[in-house]
Amino acid sequence: MKNLADLQAIKEKSQNEMKAHSTRVLVGMATCGIAAGAKPIIEALEEGVKMNNLADVEVSRVGCIGLCQYEPLVEVVKEGEDPVTYVNMDVDKVNKVIEKHLKGGEIVEEYTVSGTALT
Amino acid sequence: MSCIQTKSLRNTVFYKKQERVALRNCGYIDPEKIEQYIGVDGYQALGMVLTDGSFTPEKVIEIVKASGLRGRGGGGFSTGMKWHLARTIIPDADQKYVCCNADEGDPGAFMDRSVLEGDPHALIEAMTIAGYAIGANQGYIYLRAEYPLAVKRLEIAIGQAKEYGLLGKNIFESGFDFDLEIRLGAGAFVCGEETALMVSIEGNRGEPNPRPPFPAEKGLFGKPTILNNVETYANIPRIILKGSDWFTTMGTEKSKGTKVFALGGKINNTGLVEIPMGMTLREVVYDVGGGIPNGKKFKAAQTGGPSGGCISDKNIDIEIDYDNLISIGSMMGSGGLIVMDEDNCMVDMAKFFLEFTVEESCGKCTPCRIGTKRLFEMLEKITSGKGEMEDLDEIEQLCRYIKKNSLCGLGQTAPNPVLSMMSNFREEWVSHIKDKKCAAKVCVDLLEYKILADKCVGCSLCKKACPVDAISGEIKQKHVIDQSKCIKCGVCVNTCKKFGAIIKE
Ligand SMILES: Cc1cc2nc3c(=O)[nH]c(=O)nc-3n(C[C@H](O)[C@H](O)[C@H](O)COP(=O)(O)O)c2cc1C
Ligand code: SF4
Ligand code: SF4
Repeated sequence: MKNLADLQAIKEKSQNEMKAHSTRVLVGMATCGIAAGAKPIIEALEEGVKMNNLADVEVSRVGCIGLCQYEPLVEVVKEGEDPVTYVNMDVDKVNKVIEKHLKGGEIVEEYTVSGTALT
Repeated sequence: MSCIQTKSLRNTVFYKKQERVALRNCGYIDPEKIEQYIGVDGYQALGMVLTDGSFTPEKVIEIVKASGLRGRGGGGFSTGMKWHLARTIIPDADQKYVCCNADEGDPGAFMDRSVLEGDPHALIEAMTIAGYAIGANQGYIYLRAEYPLAVKRLEIAIGQAKEYGLLGKNIFESGFDFDLEIRLGAGAFVCGEETALMVSIEGNRGEPNPRPPFPAEKGLFGKPTILNNVETYANIPRIILKGSDWFTTMGTEKSKGTKVFALGGKINNTGLVEIPMGMTLREVVYDVGGGIPNGKKFKAAQTGGPSGGCISDKNIDIEIDYDNLISIGSMMGSGGLIVMDEDNCMVDMAKFFLEFTVEESCGKCTPCRIGTKRLFEMLEKITSGKGEMEDLDEIEQLCRYIKKNSLCGLGQTAPNPVLSMMSNFREEWVSHIKDKKCAAKVCVDLLEYKILADKCVGCSLCKKACPVDAISGEIKQKHVIDQSKCIKCGVCVNTCKKFGAIIKE
């Protein structure tokens, strides 16, 4: 990288890559998330996306969003919509989210943050 | 608390009341991909500073000064002023250093870990900007070895930055070189103190040295050095990009921007939050924190960990900023915020924090090494029911002595929790001494387990369970506990859940 134009080019490429997927699935993978069991969850997601050929879904490992006792946390972010936050996830729940939400476009209400004391 | 049903964390009160600057990318980008950081304006501030001729080092320092940013590691010293001193105090220094304090020793705190694990490039970008500003081309990050994931992500990030030419020689073809190294600390609390930290980076045993000289003049390897906390740095790229005016729209008159807190203790939403300075403690506890579990009453909150003090219920409407907290005998600290409810005993809490400093005292100076130990014994005397009223004055005198005569910040602040809990909750201390009672029912020696004669049916379950045979009574007769034998283990209470005849008071 030599100058601002180079930086700008990477920025645009990176933003285009993010946009290339209409859906981003974020998994909290800081120490807190991993301790709560985020590793098998991200693996299940990656596996599910591959098996089902969900080309427009990108699975991303991210840092801590701050809600320790609700880890593992998975967020489904679609262009132009409010992200959907799933809390206290496990592999079974995540498989249901893949089936219903990622494939079928139907939010799995019962696993979202809406049922918690937070709302 | 509002009751809108939402499927998005971002619409909850917990999230909406926060202002995310230092944590802006945590939970949003992949920390192991530099491209994603660049995608959210990463390294733009550095690029601007190095390539736009108008951004002289002096101007960068001017912006940081004007932003009002103060150190997030606890002391609250002006960051811009610190940089200015390091730039100017020895004009012809051949070498200078930029250091980052990622030792995070306050028990229960994990603000810095979150930034390191969630957005490591922000730290790299900020330290490089700092290097340019003060005229240093080498930086060190002092990181505790107990944070293996943070170490790994930071190593990956440094590697990527080097690969992209964002660290190393001639960054952005500006002629400016900057390199970064990680140094692992073994996790002694005292190594977070600035002089001890630098001695430890130099490869020696981490013990504090007297100041002055301050690091701006004679720091790492005897050269002018700045040391800032991880969260302090995490603010820098945004301040440069968006300007100091933007930053000063957040916060109070003398405390600008935001502060990250690790909420813990008796609070519903334990976790990591970033709030604008000036938010009241009430909002933090009841809105962001979601209140106290089990309908219990808020009693106090401890900020500043073992160096800090408590904010009692009568001050719950205080606007959180550096000066307000100092004015009530507490401090901002690095971000630990422990909430206590009616079940917490304040003498016991003071003892808890002091125990930590007794263990962590490096032993170099006597007031701290012996003083904190003596102080701890005096608190034990009170919690065991042997306290006398004169002890309170003696405790206070000893606290003042330790504060005044200790060599480093560890000793100088160690008595703070005791002083603050004693002045805010004096009745409670007096009651431990005069009535031999602990209202919160925490101090075991001041408790008695009793069997209520009108509830006991004489089933004898408790008698069988008691490990020291302190309970006597015939079947179908009232049972009694011999207080001289009882070791206060509480086992009997559980055996009598059905009849509820055994109480603790
Ligand atoms: C005993 C002791 C422990 C400390 N531990 C830390 C720490 O873990 N992290 C930190 O940033 N500052 C810690 N500090 C404060 C540092 O000495 C220093 O003031 C701070 O890192 C400066 O950065 P700032 O101006 O950005 O806050 C500690 C101070 C003392 C006296
Ligand atoms: S005050 Fe305590 S920690 Fe600091 S130098 Fe003295 S003994 Fe060591
Ligand atoms: S367990 Fe309860 S009811 Fe039974 S003998 Fe002990 S005190 Fe009485």
